[in-house]
Amino acid sequence: MNTNVVHKAESPRLAIALEERRALRANQAKAIAEKLDFWYGTNQALKNINLVIPENQVTALIGPSGCGKSTFLRCFNRMHDLQADTRYSGSIVLHPESVNLVGKEVDPIEVRMRIGMVFQKPNPFPKTVFENVAYGLRLRGFSNRTDLAERVEKALRGAAIWDEVKDRLSDSALALSGGQMQRLCIARALATEPEILLFDEPTSALDPIATAKIEELITELRQRVTILIVTHNMQQAARVSDFTAFMYLGELVEVDATSKIFTNPSKKATEDYITGRYG
Amino acid sequence: MSAVMTIEELRNGLAWRKNLDKAFVVAGLLILMSCLGLLALLFVDLVRDGAARFGWDFLTQFPSRKAERAGILSAWVGTSMIMLVTAVVALPVGVAAAIYLEEYAPKNWFTGVIEINVTNLAGVPSIVYGLLALGLFVYKFGFGQSVLSAGLTLALLILPIIIVGTREALRAVPKAIREAAYGLGATRWEVTKDHVLPYSTGGILTGLILGLSRAIGETAPIITIGALSFIAFLPDPPISGAFPFVNFAWLKSEFTAMPIQIFNWISRPDQAFQQNAAAAAAILLAMTLAMNAVAIWIRYRFRKKINW
Repeated sequence: MNTNVVHKAESPRLAIALEERRALRANQAKAIAEKLDFWYGTNQALKNINLVIPENQVTALIGPSGCGKSTFLRCFNRMHDLQADTRYSGSIVLHPESVNLVGKEVDPIEVRMRIGMVFQKPNPFPKTVFENVAYGLRLRGFSNRTDLAERVEKALRGAAIWDEVKDRLSDSALALSGGQMQRLCIARALATEPEILLFDEPTSALDPIATAKIEELITELRQRVTILIVTHNMQQAARVSDFTAFMYLGELVEVDATSKIFTNPSKKATEDYITGRYG
Repeated sequence: MSAVMTIEELRNGLAWRKNLDKAFVVAGLLILMSCLGLLALLFVDLVRDGAARFGWDFLTQFPSRKAERAGILSAWVGTSMIMLVTAVVALPVGVAAAIYLEEYAPKNWFTGVIEINVTNLAGVPSIVYGLLALGLFVYKFGFGQSVLSAGLTLALLILPIIIVGTREALRAVPKAIREAAYGLGATRWEVTKDHVLPYSTGGILTGLILGLSRAIGETAPIITIGALSFIAFLPDPPISGAFPFVNFAWLKSEFTAMPIQIFNWISRPDQAFQQNAAAAAAILLAMTLAMNAVAIWIRYRFRKKINW
């Protein structure tokens, strides 16, 4: 009986509730995942994920390959809907309107217009630098040349790449270096002023110097936008994030302030992972 | 030594494997050269046989009962017009079909059946297309033995080539690019029209031209629908100086085409006509090679611009 009680006290749900309260005290919650399950066909990739994404903070998702962290990230902008035979249950509620991002009644395109994404490999369109950043705006019906130019400049400045490309706006984006391309992709996502910006291992294809620039940028961006980042690199999670969530085998094992996770994790599995015992 | 073999054994084995490598290169080059050599030989032979007939007159004169006065004017004009109809019909239909199959169609048994059929269509003998066209275009739709019927027939014939080529080109656009566009909130059509299609234009045009160079030499289907071998007039030009600047009377015009003209000349006993046939064949071959050259140039241009 006694062990049961202890077990209950350590159940993830309660831990989330504590975290939830802590996060809400410090910041407004921008999104809350509750009882989120996700299936690829019959294969359940996410199991009962409960997580609060605090507004204007950086939340990092860490965990070994195949733990579901990218799958979880891609639920936020409904990328899975592009694939046949995928299914969500539970909710990711976006505040303040309390829209369930994974709800069947919610249009995935509407979700993607509100939530931006930066991918693992820089994937600029083979168009000009300007057109890359302007594309999201054009989709939304912006066509006034000066208005577009202003917004593109603002986005490029926001992504700390304006000085490098201001004279090359009509060059092909494919002529940029890898790190520049990735910052261009960040600018492209920023141009439409998303409410949450998702980063899926944004530096795994970049060299250390380009990585440092992106990390610096993420730290700056958190003042304006809520950030959720998947990373394989634990030092990166420690450097850029305010909160860190550890996932394993499709479940959320532990979430806490980043400093706490990396110094004094409460779960054995988390400790084993961050000390490099597996993954 | 701890290895599984001595250093001599290792070197001997390696030498043997490298020889195999070289043997493959030699064999490959030999086969390639003999294929190209045959084509070159054929071309040279045609040019030599027809040498006496090359010249401006040959291109600008109608066929004639006298071999030395006969030209291929109506044949090459006919062929060009048919190719124009074929391209204008086959490109949009083929590309649309490919886009549907590649970007929109759900993966189920029905699309599976369609895909197998499209691939099989490429293997249907061209005379069968001719018979189909005779019944459908010439009689049923009443297009008659016209440029329009011929163009539509050849369009049907090359549709599978264009569909398969376009699908390859669409598939070559990386998933990451589609995801980038979807991630910004684009609809499926916007992703297709703003990204997938523009980035695969090179491949699509290549497929079109390869299809056209297949069509330009087709003889059986256009004989079936009734190409004439003796035409001493030109259809009205499609573009005119006066309003409305275009006319479509040429579509209903009777026609002949290069392969028909060659076939007609070659079947005559008179040696002089054989020369005409050789000259015309050389020109047809040159037209095909020129089209292929354009395809290669387009592909090169687009590859240079878009380098994933």
